[in-house]
Amino acid sequence: MTATYTRTSQSAFEALQCKECGAEYEPKATHVCELCFGPLEVKYDYDWLRKTVTRETIQAGPNSIWRYRPFLPVATDNVIDVGTGMTPLLQANRLARRLGLKKLYIKNDAVNMPTLSFKDRVVSVALSRARELGFTTVSCASTGNLANSTAAIAAHAGLDCCVFIPSDLEAGKVLGTLIYGPTVMAVHGNYDQVNRLCSEVANTHGWGFVNINLRPYYSEGSKTLGYEVIEQLGWQLPDHIVAPLASGSLFTKIYKGFKEFVEVGLVDEKAVRFSGAQAEGCSPIAKAFQEGRDFISPEKPNTIAKSIAIGNPADGVYAVDIARKTNGNIESVNDAEIIEGIKLLAETEGIFTETAGGTTIAVLKKLVEAGKIDPDETTVVYITGNGLKTQEAVQGYISEPFTIEPKLDSFERALERSRTLDRLEWQQVLV
Amino acid sequence: MAVKVLIPTPLQKLTNDQATVECSGETISALLESLESSCPGIKARLCDEQGKLRRFVNFYVNSEDIRFLDNENTALKDGDEVSIIPAIAGG
Ligand SMILES: [Zn+2]
Repeated sequence: MTATYTRTSQSAFEALQCKECGAEYEPKATHVCELCFGPLEVKYDYDWLRKTVTRETIQAGPNSIWRYRPFLPVATDNVIDVGTGMTPLLQANRLARRLGLKKLYIKNDAVNMPTLSFKDRVVSVALSRARELGFTTVSCASTGNLANSTAAIAAHAGLDCCVFIPSDLEAGKVLGTLIYGPTVMAVHGNYDQVNRLCSEVANTHGWGFVNINLRPYYSEGSKTLGYEVIEQLGWQLPDHIVAPLASGSLFTKIYKGFKEFVEVGLVDEKAVRFSGAQAEGCSPIAKAFQEGRDFISPEKPNTIAKSIAIGNPADGVYAVDIARKTNGNIESVNDAEIIEGIKLLAETEGIFTETAGGTTIAVLKKLVEAGKIDPDETTVVYITGNGLKTQEAVQGYISEPFTIEPKLDSFERALERSRTLDRLEWQQVLV
Repeated sequence: MAVKVLIPTPLQKLTNDQATVECSGETISALLESLESSCPGIKARLCDEQGKLRRFVNFYVNSEDIRFLDNENTALKDGDEVSIIPAIAGG
């Protein structure tokens, strides 16, 4: 079972290794340890990275996640670069003031390319590796964003694509997949059931499932959300991060990204607190954290935050462990708070996020109110998806436009009315 | 009494490359013993030293996660389909 794969000079990627028992595997399309069923992770040659990579070599690279190529598991010239990554890190002063914080930043993957979610990062890596492994058809189980991304990047790369989604997804997410022309299977069932079906299909078809048999490579794409924040903060670590939790994978990979940059000497070591956000209607990781358990009890999801509604989260135990050992927290919020979170981010910072982002902002607010975020901490909040895809979630909860005649007096009357409304709202706030 | 068990790729070396195996057993625990006698070594992959199912293994009976049923004590009847699925990353 020793790896016979030899790496190239483009990436430090060496082998796959079981996260539980340490057994090593050749880097094929496989994701499970044959000995203990633990998840497989990509292993790197950090000595080589320490000698080869500098801040300057990274900065000289492309303006995308591929500037971190040596840290990603693509060994040859199969990289698919569609401009994914290097999304803005915004200093969120108005939101910070509203919450009573001083140094708050938003990492805004709601504008990631090409499909407006962080999934473009993981899929760019997964499909690059899929091409390297010789797959001609790629697939995934998805709550929407991953399907958008897989379909779009497969189209760009000329790969055949078949995606599986729950049949009750938001219209914007379904349309945002269909437009790229893949085969779409809308499954009667929740995400966990779709996932199980795909696992069975992956056993019988020779397809590259980005979140199943390509999972070790796929999940590495999320590390770039750690690297970019370090670079954008001027080669420094933040004090505290808050991120949404679905399977828990993103959370663990931001952590891995931070660790790796410290390990190879690109940034000074510092304790970073990791806090996670779930929706109350699907909060198995938050419950395990709060009840002090080291196992996850699966749940049947019931929340508007569909993109993070994973009742059986594969990396949940690792997320709990990271939150504990970094002195962070994992909290959940209800659907009304999620909608308030979406509105709060939009009205203070001009960012329209999906329900996962609303969940994260609402949890941030809850943590501040509970005194669990120090106002002086440099806090980075990860916004991972765009609100234009999930408009149903806020319909009926936002104000209507003023309908007017094309006449000046009609406009003036409406303007007066809007000001009266503003005053009324302010009075409510002040009371 | 026969139950069809779906075997995931990483374990198929232990089943002569078969993706499904016919087994018997009144419960999941009993099924594990039956599986072990037809495919020696498989139980050690699925269970830890204490004999508990490993935390990254999911068992489904007719598409329902056994953690929503009776865990290892979940009862089985003739014609049931049991799937063994490794944990999967989020979508
Ligand atoms: Zn292992």
